[in-house]
Amino acid sequence: MSVSAQSATPSADAAVVFDGVSKHFPASGNSGAFTALDNVSLTVDRGSITGIIGRSGAGKSTLIRLVNGLEKPTGGKVLVNGVDVGALDEAALRALRRSVGMIFQHFNLLSSRTVFGNVALPLEISGMDKRAIEQRVRPLLDLVGLADKHGRYPAELSGGQKQRIGIARALATEPKLLLSDEATSALDPETTQSILELLKRINAELGLTVLLITHEMEVVKAVTSDVAVIDHGRIVERGHTFDVFTHPKHATTRALLSGLAGSKLPDAVVRALKPQPAAGDRAVVRLTFFGAAAEKPLISQLIKSVGAEVNIIAGTIDEIGGAPYGSLVVAYGADAETSGRAERFFTENGLVTEVLGYVA
Amino acid sequence: MSPDLLLRIGSATIDTIYMVAVAGLIGSLIGLPIGIFLATSGKGELFPAPTLNHIVGLIVNATRSTPFIILVVAIIPFTRLLTGTSIGTKAAIVPLTIATIPFVARLVEAAIREIDKGLIEAARAMGATPMQIVFKVLLAEARPALTLALTMTAVSLIGYSAMVGAVGGGGLGDLGIRYGYQRFMPDVMLVVVIVLIVLVQLVQSAGDGLARRFDKKNRKT
Ligand SMILES: Nc1ncnc2c1ncn2[C@@H]1O[C@H](COP(=O)(O)OP(=O)(O)OP(=O)(O)O)[C@@H](O)[C@H]1O
Ligand SMILES: [Mg+2]
Repeated sequence: MSVSAQSATPSADAAVVFDGVSKHFPASGNSGAFTALDNVSLTVDRGSITGIIGRSGAGKSTLIRLVNGLEKPTGGKVLVNGVDVGALDEAALRALRRSVGMIFQHFNLLSSRTVFGNVALPLEISGMDKRAIEQRVRPLLDLVGLADKHGRYPAELSGGQKQRIGIARALATEPKLLLSDEATSALDPETTQSILELLKRINAELGLTVLLITHEMEVVKAVTSDVAVIDHGRIVERGHTFDVFTHPKHATTRALLSGLAGSKLPDAVVRALKPQPAAGDRAVVRLTFFGAAAEKPLISQLIKSVGAEVNIIAGTIDEIGGAPYGSLVVAYGADAETSGRAERFFTENGLVTEVLGYVA
Repeated sequence: MSPDLLLRIGSATIDTIYMVAVAGLIGSLIGLPIGIFLATSGKGELFPAPTLNHIVGLIVNATRSTPFIILVVAIIPFTRLLTGTSIGTKAAIVPLTIATIPFVARLVEAAIREIDKGLIEAARAMGATPMQIVFKVLLAEARPALTLALTMTAVSLIGYSAMVGAVGGGGLGDLGIRYGYQRFMPDVMLVVVIVLIVLVQLVQSAGDGLARRFDKKNRKT
């Protein structure tokens, strides 16, 4: 994702470009008018797995539905492979939709069709003949690991299996772009991971661009190379996933990040946190380290430099977009002297810090 | 009971089945597309035509709220125009068909509206035309519900067909009125009622069985 999305000429290898896109829902019935998207500019690079994260109602679904024209923007343009989606007539739009796959939170499989029949549906719709459909569907079922289920009905499958069928169906017309609207939100963590692995594999093996929306940072962390944070219909932060995770700038990003496993503080600490220190209080600080810093024996050096007691409250070592990354929450004396020494140490070692609050 | 009477009961049964079958078939063939239209022509739906949707809905409601016996009498001129007579089995088919159309239309509409909107969304995202969505998604997914709807239609028609007997419509109802009631032959009345019950049972269990076969959602594995 490039930060130069404001410029008039989007990069040539963009799969999707949102160019100053707004979506305004007029008032209807007893609900007032609503601006779901407000001047959104964003570029989705070809071959990337780009995540859009935001809270419920932030406008994620609205944004992704603009890409295949399920929704029309009320302002700005959405370009898919350079084509302005909003300007297409119905027939051209249908052709475009056949080249863009989509998967859904609730799978949206036809209960009346078998696994095979569901994957075959987009091909039937595109007018492919029976024999060719047969030849296309079998390898897809192999790809998602469900070849043995081809005669089963969705009611006989688990959620994870249903989503695999959803993915096979989305890939049937050999799209170059896959849209995912909360595809793992209805699944347990383990199944989520396996579906995300599958998306990653598809991205790597088929060179498919994936645009996924989610409200879970875990999902963004696990698969995306780029991420945009959306809040109240605006993109508030965007960049490479690693950078956004390690240098979150916007409060919404921080809030979403704080939900990650390992970043979460114990409840007792959260309850005790105060915004201002009193005499004798301890500062609670989140340290984020990555790259070379992750290799150093930081903790022992920190204790030595601060010259005072340092408690470790929470910590995690992880990988984001393949790069090692660690997060550590520590507490030490909030007095000027200790804090000063700690801050010097952080600067010398290139650590990113965030003061979360103070405890007695 | 005399062999003659038994013969009459037999032929009245055939008349009833004939009326129900013909009225049911024609009524459903007309009612089905109307039902599909009602379910898909609202604002922002597949074939948006809210005004026409509203008008058709009004007509359907008007027909449905007219008591059947009044409908029979009210359309006698129309019946005569179509069949050349206003009494007998053939004539009875006309009001039965007219009553079937809105009945089927509303049941079909309800069956289609039951379908998860997500499926329509998924089909749209695949690039399906509205017609493809109707045939490949809506009708396919609603098949169990539609089967039950048509079963219900047939059962109601059996009841209505007995009612047209009261105005000389032929069939079991006619027989029951003329012999059972007017000539006071309770045994004939009893047989007529039993035959009607058996017919309804047969239709209902056949429909239920078929619907269960079509239903892949609530399968016992
Ligand atoms: N057709 C519509 N008419 C009016 N308002 C709408 C419509 N569709 C969405 N909205 C509003 O736009 C806002 C964004 O909706 P959207 O579905 O894009 O949110 P989301 O980020 O996907 O949320 P969630 O995580 O809950 O799915 C919501 O406040 C919603 O009420
Ligand atoms: Mg949503």
